[in-house]
Amino acid sequence: MSAVQEARWDEAYNFAYLDEQTKRMIRRSILKAIAVPGYQVPFGGREMPLAYGWGTGGIQVTASVIGPDDTLKVIDQGADDTTNAVSIRRFFSRVAGVETTEATEEADIIQTRHRIPEAPLREGQVLVYQVPQPEPLRSLEPRETETRKMHGYAEYGLMHVRLYEDIARYGHIATTYSYPVMVNGRYLMSPSPIPKFDNPKMQGNPAIQLFGAGREKRIYAIPPYTSVKSLDFDDHPFEPQTWDESCALCGADNSYLDEVVLDDHGGKMFVCSDTHFCEDRRAKGHRGELGADPAALAFARTADEGEAQ
Amino acid sequence: MTLADLKPGFADAVFEAQAGFRALLDAFAYAGRITTVDLNLDPPAPLDVAMAAVALTLFDFDTPVWLEPAVAAGSVAGWIRFHSGSAIVAAAGEAQFAVVCDAAAMPALTGFSVGEDRYPDRSATLVIQVPSLTDGPVTRWTGPGIDGSIEVAIAGLPDDFWAQWDDNHALYPLGIDVIFACGREVIGLPRGIKVEV
Repeated sequence: MSAVQEARWDEAYNFAYLDEQTKRMIRRSILKAIAVPGYQVPFGGREMPLAYGWGTGGIQVTASVIGPDDTLKVIDQGADDTTNAVSIRRFFSRVAGVETTEATEEADIIQTRHRIPEAPLREGQVLVYQVPQPEPLRSLEPRETETRKMHGYAEYGLMHVRLYEDIARYGHIATTYSYPVMVNGRYLMSPSPIPKFDNPKMQGNPAIQLFGAGREKRIYAIPPYTSVKSLDFDDHPFEPQTWDESCALCGADNSYLDEVVLDDHGGKMFVCSDTHFCEDRRAKGHRGELGADPAALAFARTADEGEAQ
Repeated sequence: MTLADLKPGFADAVFEAQAGFRALLDAFAYAGRITTVDLNLDPPAPLDVAMAAVALTLFDFDTPVWLEPAVAAGSVAGWIRFHSGSAIVAAAGEAQFAVVCDAAAMPALTGFSVGEDRYPDRSATLVIQVPSLTDGPVTRWTGPGIDGSIEVAIAGLPDDFWAQWDDNHALYPLGIDVIFACGREVIGLPRGIKVEV
């Protein structure tokens, strides 16, 4: 690469907003997180120019990884065009001058809030999760000193009891999102609040998965091709969500569906939560039962209607 | 050492550190694969470009560095102090990073910090410069980051290195992590990797 880059970003800031010392500290934390998959590395989280809960951890991880030639995709609950995704994409366009995309295949770095894209990821891609609460045991044990010990000694019986109580009360494991996983057979990990539908995608994924929790100041990671097993019991095996319906717009029957209320007479439709996946399928000619309905299409953004920059 | 003897660091600290980190990220994540550090550096002897890139990318005033005695005697200590601000420590157990250029004469892995039960990230990372990443005895690596298994042939290591590595791997999730450097290339060996000779 050339020794000096021509600035394409807002030079009132260092490239990618963070100062170099902060990036080095986060980079060291990321490498240790990869060396111990699923373990939460404490890091010196910085104040970011947006509130906790809006992805400050993910942004710090992305800012430490991203380079001027990278292409960035940001999704919020699967959608490229919701508030959180749009504002983070604009942030990096401004402070890093990087190209952004909505296409999963074209992105080098994908920052995500609460979903894993439907399209399979490839080697070299980096998936950055925004994590509100990195500690899967926190709701069971509020003291950090104790949960540290529980991880240190792999003492995870409490989580199995919680899942068992679900079965005793409801007849099945009722946890549907933030479903705890065991990484590399050693660390219990929160997958962040992704639906359990996405859990199987973490297993053996060829991409690098990084998790950043800004308020809690923790970074953790899943390297490529790593075992990620959702907790379950022999007689109550893990099962992802399924739907009887298919996407009303693109007809997909293998994607995560959101329910949309259409009127006040009980009318509703199910649509793909991953907007790029859905648009891509429609562009290839797939149609769902409401695919030609103008009202449904008004709900779905048409592919050529880009976001105003 | 005078200023005239001081070799330069990064010409463009922001982007060269980013490029160096991405190479290390790939090397650590895809353990066992040769990753190229695409940078032009003029490091002090005996550091190769890859080794120098690791130092300039990751070392700073927060990271005590241990230098192999032969390296510590040369101009490298001054170069690291000037560019990174790292403290050079004499006790291997206090170091967060260790720089080893003569791999055959390296000290036992047990001398370095393996982290703590509750904080396994507080372990040392060894950066070991070797004569070749492809001409050594063939070993078979398995573990996180490797799709099945991968054959790696690192040259110039002590005869008992892989026996020591077995012991280190057995400590998982504690243990040291290693970066092998040669010329412009690196291979990552995180603690979770099992190596069969």
